[in-house]
Amino acid sequence: MNIIEWIKQPWPWYVAGPIIGLMVPALLIFGNKTFGISSSLRHICAACIPTKVPFFQYDWKKEIWNLFFVFGVFLGGVLTALYFKDSASVVVNENLVHELSGYGITEINGLVPEQLFGWDQVGTLRGIILMIVGGFLVGFGTRYAGGCTSGHAIMGLSNLQLPSLIATISFMAGGFIMANVILPYILKL
Amino acid sequence: MQQKDNNTDFEVRSLDAMCVNDEQVQTPSWHNIKYLIMGVLFGVVLIKSEVISWYRIQEMFRLQSFHMFGVIGSAVVVGALSVFLIKKLKIKSINGEEIILPTKSFSKGQIYGGLLFGFGWAMTGACPGPLFAQLGYGATTIIVTIVAAIIGTWVYGKFREQLPH
Repeated sequence: MNIIEWIKQPWPWYVAGPIIGLMVPALLIFGNKTFGISSSLRHICAACIPTKVPFFQYDWKKEIWNLFFVFGVFLGGVLTALYFKDSASVVVNENLVHELSGYGITEINGLVPEQLFGWDQVGTLRGIILMIVGGFLVGFGTRYAGGCTSGHAIMGLSNLQLPSLIATISFMAGGFIMANVILPYILKL
Repeated sequence: MQQKDNNTDFEVRSLDAMCVNDEQVQTPSWHNIKYLIMGVLFGVVLIKSEVISWYRIQEMFRLQSFHMFGVIGSAVVVGALSVFLIKKLKIKSINGEEIILPTKSFSKGQIYGGLLFGFGWAMTGACPGPLFAQLGYGATTIIVTIVAAIIGTWVYGKFREQLPH
């Protein structure tokens, strides 16, 4: 098997996790930067939505590295789609497949279900809740918490910060409540 | 008074957990390319490990798969070991600066905001990094989610004084 073929397969957790973990020292050593993604959303606000809100009154250009990083993540997605796309279908837990079929989600493929996140879904109540309300909560919640999975769960925990542990537990608790208690009602819509 | 005004920027920023570890050494702006390259690598890893898959996130929150716990867990172990070594060996950045990691202080926002983000994570199947990777990978509707996330961030900034912290 050549290297491109190997890259194309889904990577196991013990390959991906350590590479993600190495982002922490890489950013610290190459630029004295702490790993964190959600701040980019704040810099975009500061750069693109001119207002008198004090939270956005700072020199975002000083933090431009973060926007370069995020643009890189986007390009990484483009690069993978062009050269490293896996033709095999995704493997999903049987219980989840069964549960989703109960909501009429039968096409299990790609990284997000087309039947939930397709353009024809943007105008539906279910689509609005999942994409717009969900996106809003991601932006609002991460800034309120002062970081996301990268800034708190990976960077903060790596630095043994108790507030980051509290934040990470809250992320997981919120996710468990949503996925098991609330989401079934949304998916039924 | 003038001094206080000058400090406003710092005050506002210091309340946020991020963006405090500013590089003091001035570097030419093309040096930002290194962050672009690291971002590309991060994006490829996120996709190939399916961390950005809506299905994997649902499996994680239903305890149907170990995958996500393995990714995050091993990332933290490697990150923590790296931070320990950087501190222990007093490793400097390539610009010769001392690496000082910010300590975070507790705020109720970590609980309230954390729960709200958790809701959003389970709904969209993505945290902020993965949103950009999903968009790049061709899930074009995610631009809607990204715009909603930017608005969410803005609304937080607008009302942060009224929120419990």
